[in-house]
Amino acid sequence: MAEYWYYADGFEERVQEQLHNNPEAEVDLDFAIPEKDFNTAGKGSSELKNLLKRLGVDSDVLRRIAVASYEAEINVAAHSKGGVMKSAVHDDLIHVRFEDDGPGIADIEQAMIPGYSTADDLVRELGFGAGLGLPNIKKNSDAMHIVSDIGSSTLLEFFIFFG
Amino acid sequence: MIKLTEYLTAINGINHTPALDPDAVEIHGAYVSDMLSDVMGSAKPDEAWITIMKHLNVIAVASMTGIPVIIFAKGNTPDAAVCDKALEESISLVSSTLSTFELAGILYNLLRS
Ligand SMILES: Nc1ncnc2c1ncn2[C@@H]1O[C@H](COP(=O)(O)OP(=O)(O)O)[C@@H](O)[C@H]1O
Ligand SMILES: [Mg+2]
Repeated sequence: MAEYWYYADGFEERVQEQLHNNPEAEVDLDFAIPEKDFNTAGKGSSELKNLLKRLGVDSDVLRRIAVASYEAEINVAAHSKGGVMKSAVHDDLIHVRFEDDGPGIADIEQAMIPGYSTADDLVRELGFGAGLGLPNIKKNSDAMHIVSDIGSSTLLEFFIFFG
Repeated sequence: MIKLTEYLTAINGINHTPALDPDAVEIHGAYVSDMLSDVMGSAKPDEAWITIMKHLNVIAVASMTGIPVIIFAKGNTPDAAVCDKALEESISLVSSTLSTFELAGILYNLLRS
């Protein structure tokens, strides 16, 4: 099983502490993401964005969360057999997990390279498939974690702190 | 800064979301791209977006990125479902027969003058 971690400067300890303490979330929000359904993909991110807006999350932070989450949702719809998006809203951060039913990522380091894409024609016609989704998630997150392998499922999670 | 009203006139554009007042939409700059992840990665919030893509996901991209107005080039016209979704998200939709190059050039000149 291959694993990839990215931490923005100074966030490793905060994220590990969060994972270690595993506190109960203020709000949990779960959505199914069916394969190749690009109208359903995006619902989760949109609801999450509306919820966080109501909770008064700063607009810059909100935008980073929305972009990271939408890219991840599109990836599950575009590249996997479908999966789920599970958001956990805490006092000081949001933790969003995407778990799908495979087929997994053969080489995560390669998948992270801007421009690398295995997207099919349908996905490309929609204007996705520029190979910038994972780099966008990384750019907007305080921490990002991928666990995957070819022939297995993929877990992608990111953490974004509110302050 | 210019108002969307002024730009609509300059490009002979059609406003597909008349319920949103074009006098209340300010344009400070624009991003031109048809690759959705490129827009999410590089467009700045409050920029207009000039594109030929007109399917439903375009509205989601604009909403996530904080884009207040989309300009469809080369006569691309959004369908009713797309316009409804845009209204829901308070995103103005405009179409014009001009090319992306011309649309960007006209806006550039208006913002410069
Ligand atoms: N959930 C996933 N399951 C399988 N492969 C994935 C998944 N997410 C991303 N990938 C792989 O990583 C590549 C790069 O992803 P990304 O940067 O989002 O670009 P794009 O989606 O435009 O192809 C994809 O083309 C695909 O090969
Ligand atoms: Mg992608």
